[in-house]
Amino acid sequence: MNSSRDWTVPGLTIGLIAAIILGMLVPDWVLSVITISFARALAVIGLLVLWRAGLVSFGHALYYGLGAYTVALLGKYWGVHDVMLLIPAALIVSTVCGFLLGFILRKYREIFFAMLSLAFSMILYGILVKTESLGSTDGFNVGAPTFFGFKFEDVQDNKIAFFSFLCVLGYIAALLVHYYLRSTLGHLTTAIRDNEIRVEYLGYSVAKAIHIKYTMSAALAGVAGACLALTLSQVDPDSMVNWTASGELVFVTILSGTGNVAAPFIGSMIFDLLRTYAFEWAPHAWQLIVGAFLLLIIFFLPGGVWSVIARIFGARRKL
Amino acid sequence: MSDQSGPLLETRDLNKTFGAVTAADNINVTVVPGEIVGIIGANGAGKTTFVNMVTGYLKPTSGTVFLRGQNITALAPRQITKLGMSRSFQVPQVFLTQTAFENLLEAAGIADAMNGISALKPLHRKPLLDKVDAILKRYRIDEYRDQETSTLPQGIRKLLDIAMAMVSDPDVLLLDEPTSGISVEEKFSLMDVVMEALQEEDVTVLFIEHDMEIVERYTTRVLAFYEGRIIADAPPEIALNDPEVREFVIGDHKVGQHQAHGDR
Repeated sequence: MNSSRDWTVPGLTIGLIAAIILGMLVPDWVLSVITISFARALAVIGLLVLWRAGLVSFGHALYYGLGAYTVALLGKYWGVHDVMLLIPAALIVSTVCGFLLGFILRKYREIFFAMLSLAFSMILYGILVKTESLGSTDGFNVGAPTFFGFKFEDVQDNKIAFFSFLCVLGYIAALLVHYYLRSTLGHLTTAIRDNEIRVEYLGYSVAKAIHIKYTMSAALAGVAGACLALTLSQVDPDSMVNWTASGELVFVTILSGTGNVAAPFIGSMIFDLLRTYAFEWAPHAWQLIVGAFLLLIIFFLPGGVWSVIARIFGARRKL
Repeated sequence: MSDQSGPLLETRDLNKTFGAVTAADNINVTVVPGEIVGIIGANGAGKTTFVNMVTGYLKPTSGTVFLRGQNITALAPRQITKLGMSRSFQVPQVFLTQTAFENLLEAAGIADAMNGISALKPLHRKPLLDKVDAILKRYRIDEYRDQETSTLPQGIRKLLDIAMAMVSDPDVLLLDEPTSGISVEEKFSLMDVVMEALQEEDVTVLFIEHDMEIVERYTTRVLAFYEGRIIADAPPEIALNDPEVREFVIGDHKVGQHQAHGDR
């Protein structure tokens, strides 16, 4: 079917090496921006999987928040700061929550799926805002991470180490999702979007397939939230659980395109650079610039920035 | 493949009502392996309701459906497919943004998953690719292999729909109006391809059809529906000449035309 060679794995490998080297060379502020971008990209990979099945979640900040608050609470109440404990803990919490909510969400499609996912995220937002022990509206600080119990003396070195760790994490996640999308179950994403009836009559449960995809996306968003909390050194409901955080993930998914698992990393970086420069240029109207940019993407690049890359390298666009 | 010792498909006292409308009224049918059953009836007679109940799309108000003696009445379509009964649709149910090859590959991957092979295995693996190419040839749609399904002619989509239903090697296949929306000239060539392919695969077939010439040529048995009831269940030469069938299903003027064309 697709005669052109798939460059995803070598591309991701080169990207991993380049990103780690770049992380050591760029100024502090650029490193912070790229770290946030890559953390968010993990969540966007999950949305990509749902998007291909025709499902848009406006509530993935729920898992973002669960991951972030898991990290923050483990640090605050149990003194856990090692990424080797924090990331798996965030992964487990978000996966279990995604799996449980998946039983409800797998019954819904289109706007109902989007709004129900939003409703669940706003419940968590409400709980966080109203609960003093969870930091209420202010949230609380997150300590610097350690790696297998080791912590760099220099703050900048620790940030570089965390960025490198995040790159490896992103690489593993992207590879796993890539291989998943190449499997029978992964190919069902497009099939489900096209025709659920036929999938059922071929002998596979659409609800089960959607449940797996939803749980997978929740797990990725949880890890993304944990990484974001460790990057920003703080958690708060407004920037991590509010509907605007979910909207931001959808924005970046559209901007990135869903053609390849590498797209979220590129799209997320473009988004953060755009936001950074828009804010510097027009501090009171940066949202206007970001909104106009999204409109341009929708009108002229409906396949996102990945469609440009796909065109240049002759790869087939998969939307 | 099929259990030759008893009925393959059986319905007992199958009823379906939609409010005050009775779409199926005590349907009792027994189908044995190797039969090719034509289901005829005017619009609204209950043909598609019958097929939908048998394949799990609709749950009957009362009554039971058995496949090889196993009660499948409460099962979902995917479970019925796993047990060996597939179907095609009046409006072909294919994956419109994918090519004909990709449609069949997806079907082949799911069929493998049903047979216990992990659904996490890569879809593009040689046994599946070879199987799909063979199916494309068998249904004579190989020249449309890499064409997106949304751009295919209706007849080719119908063939693809049937081919997809056959990928899992079912024992029973139900076809809902395989020739609807096809030009008169194309109907017989399409049915020749379908029946030739199905004979190769040793499958028992039930198909809904409005064209009596098609029914007469390709079936071994006819079920005639009228107002949710079966008014005739006999070989085509008997059923198509049944007075009730002539009056309520075919219509006298159509019988006249049919006879004027002569037997095909």
